[in-house]
Amino acid sequence: MERAAEIELARQLIEGKPEAFDRFVDHFRSKIFNYSRLMCGHQEDAEEVAQETLLKVFENFDQLREPEHVRAWVFRIAKNACLVKRRKSIYAPQQEFSLDQLMPARGASGDPMKIEIADWSGIPEDEVLRSELQRVIEGAIAEMPEIYRSVMLLRDVEELSTEETAQVLDVHVDAVKTRLHRARLLARKKLDGYLRASSQAVEKN
Amino acid sequence: MASHQHDENCKKMFALLSEYLDMELPTEACKEMDAHIAACEPCAAFTESLRKTIELCHRYQPQEVPRSIARDARQRLLEAYQKMLAERRL
Repeated sequence: MERAAEIELARQLIEGKPEAFDRFVDHFRSKIFNYSRLMCGHQEDAEEVAQETLLKVFENFDQLREPEHVRAWVFRIAKNACLVKRRKSIYAPQQEFSLDQLMPARGASGDPMKIEIADWSGIPEDEVLRSELQRVIEGAIAEMPEIYRSVMLLRDVEELSTEETAQVLDVHVDAVKTRLHRARLLARKKLDGYLRASSQAVEKN
Repeated sequence: MASHQHDENCKKMFALLSEYLDMELPTEACKEMDAHIAACEPCAAFTESLRKTIELCHRYQPQEVPRSIARDARQRLLEAYQKMLAERRL
């Protein structure tokens, strides 16, 4: 669903038009489920978080003053529901990465003009590769430290703005930028490794 | 020392790449990045791979979907919405 359609649904619900209810529930339930599944790590927890979030959303719908910000508003509630659930389930240690750790390695020759990087020219045109990369991307997001994972899900998957992401997570915009950059570098590294392994497999065959 | 100088510039731009791709950099810094990328082949290749990473994230489709919502769960949500509307009218 386009962002504009989602905002329109929120506007209708604020105006008290229940026709928008089912579509709003189904749309946001999937979104919240995916966010919390990747944040909590459990399917059942994620379904519970989605239900608890939507319950709070509807109980407090009159507090949503600007329907343009409905996605950020819903995700702020989802983030809090997820935190409560997370405390009850698994605990992953926080880990930070320095930029040096994420820079590409120099080629074996030591030539500064050469870095080790896969051939990325085939994507996103290649449909098959793209669907495999979906799985790789999800794995990369699931594996990254929580502080990066939450930012990447909100900024690059849900496409919230930097400011909206900062509000959802209660952090400064600079922290969002720093974490997002590291998250992207981690995801890129993972994809690069996958592309290199696949091109080597093709060469061997 | 040319190669060392080159390395430092790469490192500096490496830190700003996401903001560059998100078009969140001030004009002057953006121009410097444009110039560096145009002249530095490894940085151009790296930037392109990061741009494609972001694009793939935008198009990412979850690998699992939730089970369809139970009728009573949907009903509880509808009741919460109707209650909110009723209280607002009071």
